Amino acid sequence: MTEKSQKNRRRSDIPAAVSSNSDELAIELIKINKHFGPVYANRDIDLKIAKGSVHGIVGENGAGKTTLMSILYGFYTADSGKIKVGGKEVKIKDSSHALQLGIGMVHQHFMLVDNFSVLENVILGAEDSVLLAPSKKKARIELARLAEEYELEVDPDALIEDLSVGQQQRVEILKALYRGAEILILDEPTGVLTPAEAAHLFRVFDTLKKQGKTIVLITHKLREIMAITDEVSVMRRGAMVKTLITKETDPSELAELMVGRSVLMEVKKGIANPGDIKLEVRDLEVSDDIGVKRVKGVSLNVRAGEIVGIAGVSGNGQSELLEAIAGMRKPDNGKVIVKGQEIAFKGDDSAAELRLAGLAHVPEDRHEHGLVISFEQWENSILGYSDDDKYGKGLYLSVKACKNEAKKQIEEFDIRPPNPLLKTANFSGGNQQKIVLAREISRDPDVFIVGQPTRGVDIGAIESIHNHIIAMRDAGKAILLVSVELDEIRSLSDRIIVMFDGNIVGEADPDKVNEGELGLLMAGISSQDKDKQEEAFVKDKIANDLANKGAV
Amino acid sequence: MSARKPLPRWADVALLPVLNLTLAFFISGLVVLMVGENPIEAMSILVYGAFGYGEGLGYTLHFATNFVFAGLAFSIASHAGQFNIGAEGQAYIAGLGAIFVGLALDGTHWLLVLPLAMLGAGAFGGLWGFIPGYLAAKRGSHVVITTIMFNFIAASLMVYLLNYVLKEPSNMAPESRSVVGAGKMPQLREFWDFFGYSPVNVMLFVAIIALFGMFFLFWRTELGYKIRTLGQNPKAAHYAGISNSKIIMISMTLAGAMAGMIAINEVLGVQNRLVIDFVFGYGFVGIAVGLMGRNHPIGIALAAILFGALYQGGQELAFMMPAITREMIIVIQALVILFTGAMEGLFRTPLEIFFTMIDVNKNGGGVPVSSTGQALVGSESDQRRQKKENGGGVGVGSESDQRRQKKEKQEG
Amino acid sequence: MEIFNNIIFLLDSMIRLTVPLLLAALAGLYSERSGVFDIGLEGKMLAGAFGAAVVAYLSGNMWLGMFAGMGIGIVMALIHGIASITFRGNQIIAGVAINFLAAGLTVFLGQSWFKQGGRTPALPEGGRFLAIDLPFADALKDVPIVGGIYSELISGHNIIVYIAFAMVPFTYWLLFKTRFGLRLRATGENPKAVDTAGVNVNFMRYKAVLICGALTGLAGSYLSIALSAGFGLNMTAGMGFIALAALIFAKWRPWYVLWATLLFGFLNAAQIRLQGVELPYIGEVPVQAIQALPYILTVVLLAGFIGKAVGPKAGGIPYVKER
Repeated sequence: MTEKSQKNRRRSDIPAAVSSNSDELAIELIKINKHFGPVYANRDIDLKIAKGSVHGIVGENGAGKTTLMSILYGFYTADSGKIKVGGKEVKIKDSSHALQLGIGMVHQHFMLVDNFSVLENVILGAEDSVLLAPSKKKARIELARLAEEYELEVDPDALIEDLSVGQQQRVEILKALYRGAEILILDEPTGVLTPAEAAHLFRVFDTLKKQGKTIVLITHKLREIMAITDEVSVMRRGAMVKTLITKETDPSELAELMVGRSVLMEVKKGIANPGDIKLEVRDLEVSDDIGVKRVKGVSLNVRAGEIVGIAGVSGNGQSELLEAIAGMRKPDNGKVIVKGQEIAFKGDDSAAELRLAGLAHVPEDRHEHGLVISFEQWENSILGYSDDDKYGKGLYLSVKACKNEAKKQIEEFDIRPPNPLLKTANFSGGNQQKIVLAREISRDPDVFIVGQPTRGVDIGAIESIHNHIIAMRDAGKAILLVSVELDEIRSLSDRIIVMFDGNIVGEADPDKVNEGELGLLMAGISSQDKDKQEEAFVKDKIANDLANKGAV
Repeated sequence: MSARKPLPRWADVALLPVLNLTLAFFISGLVVLMVGENPIEAMSILVYGAFGYGEGLGYTLHFATNFVFAGLAFSIASHAGQFNIGAEGQAYIAGLGAIFVGLALDGTHWLLVLPLAMLGAGAFGGLWGFIPGYLAAKRGSHVVITTIMFNFIAASLMVYLLNYVLKEPSNMAPESRSVVGAGKMPQLREFWDFFGYSPVNVMLFVAIIALFGMFFLFWRTELGYKIRTLGQNPKAAHYAGISNSKIIMISMTLAGAMAGMIAINEVLGVQNRLVIDFVFGYGFVGIAVGLMGRNHPIGIALAAILFGALYQGGQELAFMMPAITREMIIVIQALVILFTGAMEGLFRTPLEIFFTMIDVNKNGGGVPVSSTGQALVGSESDQRRQKKENGGGVGVGSESDQRRQKKEKQEG
Repeated sequence: MEIFNNIIFLLDSMIRLTVPLLLAALAGLYSERSGVFDIGLEGKMLAGAFGAAVVAYLSGNMWLGMFAGMGIGIVMALIHGIASITFRGNQIIAGVAINFLAAGLTVFLGQSWFKQGGRTPALPEGGRFLAIDLPFADALKDVPIVGGIYSELISGHNIIVYIAFAMVPFTYWLLFKTRFGLRLRATGENPKAVDTAGVNVNFMRYKAVLICGALTGLAGSYLSIALSAGFGLNMTAGMGFIALAALIFAKWRPWYVLWATLLFGFLNAAQIRLQGVELPYIGEVPVQAIQALPYILTVVLLAGFIGKAVGPKAGGIPYVKER
């Protein structure tokens, strides 16, 4: 271990290789395939990562980045394909094998034991003997050395649960380095960090790189990619789209590659005729499950007869915003007003209050929230509306009325197969989405909020779903739309709001704005004054980087 | 590892329980062999004892009555995603409600006593279910631990009450005053000699009504719909504006009230007074009945009759074959719980693979496709596995994204 | 002196009654710290008691009896493990099944083998653990206070009592000072972290569950071949559940387990002594109130009204990993 790091330090004198054609590859992946059940998470992935480089992997959530890296880390086994580490072909059996090969991974959700000390976490699985004391002693010395070398100071005796997220991440990096990692994979490392912490992390990357370590950075934040990587690979829907040299690309190109252009039919829609404000959101602040603030004071209005689209790279607070407006997540601060009625957010059934106020909601994730997949279709056709009198007065629930409604919805939305008794799990994804949409639209709500309406839906269904949404607008409903499909936002919306890092960073007219401008907004590049600190840092970083590279 | 289809409905509700039961009986048979008796002979004595003659059948039905209530007490909570081990204590406490009403109205008519006793026993049992429900919903206590503790607290409380409060000064035994008149539930033998000396009484009909009531509750009311939604997918329930905490409290209360009906059957139907330990473990049998009955009224009815027969036939068997005590029945009960509850995968997984193979062969391979030409999602258990696997988005992006891809793949 | 002697007797009886709780609670500690909830402590203990009594009776050897008791405990634990680790079944249901299995099998087999209403015959000479006198116990007997404490309270117990109390520091050492303990605790908190560190989660859990079986078996052996001279019907009488309560009360920590089981053991001893006794000012204390106290305390603690008992985070969830 110490010998190895000695060697590295010597090697660090050699300038790091930048080009992927270099003979010295840290990692080479050839035709990697991995599927979960019938789903391909990775399909025919080829990837070359040069030794001593910082290699970025970008893509939307679910593009398959994490799966790919988990294969490299031995957490999953690939179905087929070859892995070469340092030029030698290897079969990575499990995580301990990956560690032996010098591959360390910092997971997005830290693999730390909360009520253990830093020291205990570092030695877990890498203990030298039956007794802990000698290992702890050794680790304490080693941690001190690493802290000095890489600016990774952390109190070895502190409990993880008492550390800030940034410090916890340091522990993860230390864990990998303690095990002698030469290749460090980091999954969305800045997602939970403050700008200052992120800046520190990038400085650590620099030092690591100078020591000859290879860093693989998984992220969907384009600014980070631009600032610190040498090369960048873009993944989309389980496939590797392209590998580029970072200097030779720009954020809007990457954004386009990430999001992709789905072949969308031109949506026919007339001119919007906005009326009164139906949905009003004031200074809304929302935190996620682990208490990280995701929405940082958002205000917006949606008028009757208009579609407002929220664009943004996923993970910038859109989901939490939508959940708060729908009553599924209690806001920390701010107001939601539906048709003049302020929502109280009392108890754990605010969603019912919002429905009564006239709001309907198609959740982003239909399996998790929008459907009970073990139910038959007709049972899902009343989810959220079982108290309505048309399904039986008082406590009674008229199965006949429910099934009639289900049949009506099946007919109007062309849900196939047209069988209300079929288990929901047995419908295809597109038809499951139609079940949700049919239910929400049939209630004839005045305010309609829709998340990812066509996620995983086939082309034919997309068109009909879009037409339903347009028809609702024309009927004078106020519609708020969130989608990761940029084209969908552009073609449906009458107004586009761009979210970045929990804030609204811009508003655009879909007919006037071009894709490039939108991409820049989404990447947070041209945001004028929000989050100045981070902004300044990134610019700084880019400048430094360029200077460094020039010097080499 | 390819996707497995969920089991066909008939295999899920009939084949699987039958296989589990067969295995439980097979192992019990081995135990019988171990003590040097003939399992086949034992089985035939048991069946005759349970169904062969009127009195035996009466006892079987009497036990089954208890087990229906106990099974319902387990299943109602189970539908809401709660694990109620407390039917024993809930029934015990409910004895108070039953005896109070029985004694107070002893001079009236049983038609008046019955509904009021149901209210009384239901209220006491319901309270004993409500408290763990409240603690789970509002304070985050684990229902399993709390209900276990409440069983013991109930036992201590009842011994105290029987010794110090309810006992007649003239009586040495710790028991309440006896009901002598209308407080007693009419036994069926009063109308049909057929039932011999068995204590099966009017509560049998209440049990049957309760089974229909459960069906009505879960499949014909808003409340039942909400309870099932919560149990199947708490997040969807939250999305739908269903208050998770309220539903947990309501279903635990209902479960406790249902367990309370055991008290009427035993206290006003057999003992005619409140005695120590009158519940006699019937509440615990409810776990086996609920698990085996798949939380469905029909299943519960069948499982209750099965266990009723085992309890009655087991007594007969202990009499005929002294080497086999009635504890043999508890062994069978344990094995049923083990195989249907904790080791479901033992048969389910092979069956799923088997049925998927048949299906693939029929369709000439590839992704399993149903007869309607509809692409099928991997089995529910697969999805659950993926859910745990991802543990909140660690795996392939978020779980939803994985599913999205799954869908895309099938459509593409 | 009268009062002093009474107190000594009370404490002596507390120690005897604490031992089975202590062993069972420590057993549960291993299992639950590894992420396997165990409400089957009662059943494993009962089965262990039966096995120990049967073998001690047949062989006339207390040690063989003890090892048989532990062996039976391990077999029961293995069933629990197979159901809840290998088959990823519900740990609670598996525990319930084990309790019933033990309750049924012990009586059934006992009756068919010995025909004494489910009890085993009285143990022969050598089949029962007897009290051992520590050095100088007799000599110090008459020294006031200290002598009484030493010769009556500390000396004069059987070997399992000393093993049980020694298990507390040993468990503490094993859990917090060794590699095994570190991995065990981590498995119950964050199995994925353990897995990514290259340690086999299920194997760790099996080890923990089997230790739990051995200790519950020892607890059972204590009941049937040390505390009494044979197996009696349902002789655990809910002690497994009190041990579970003590474990929760102790927040899953070895030294706290000692204090909690001593408290519950004391309550039990006091309850026996207070039966029918009129205390000055208080009057007659209903023993049932004291009996119920451990359970009430546990419920109150679990609900977070006094402190908060938070178990191992990954407890109750089978570890699943797709390959």
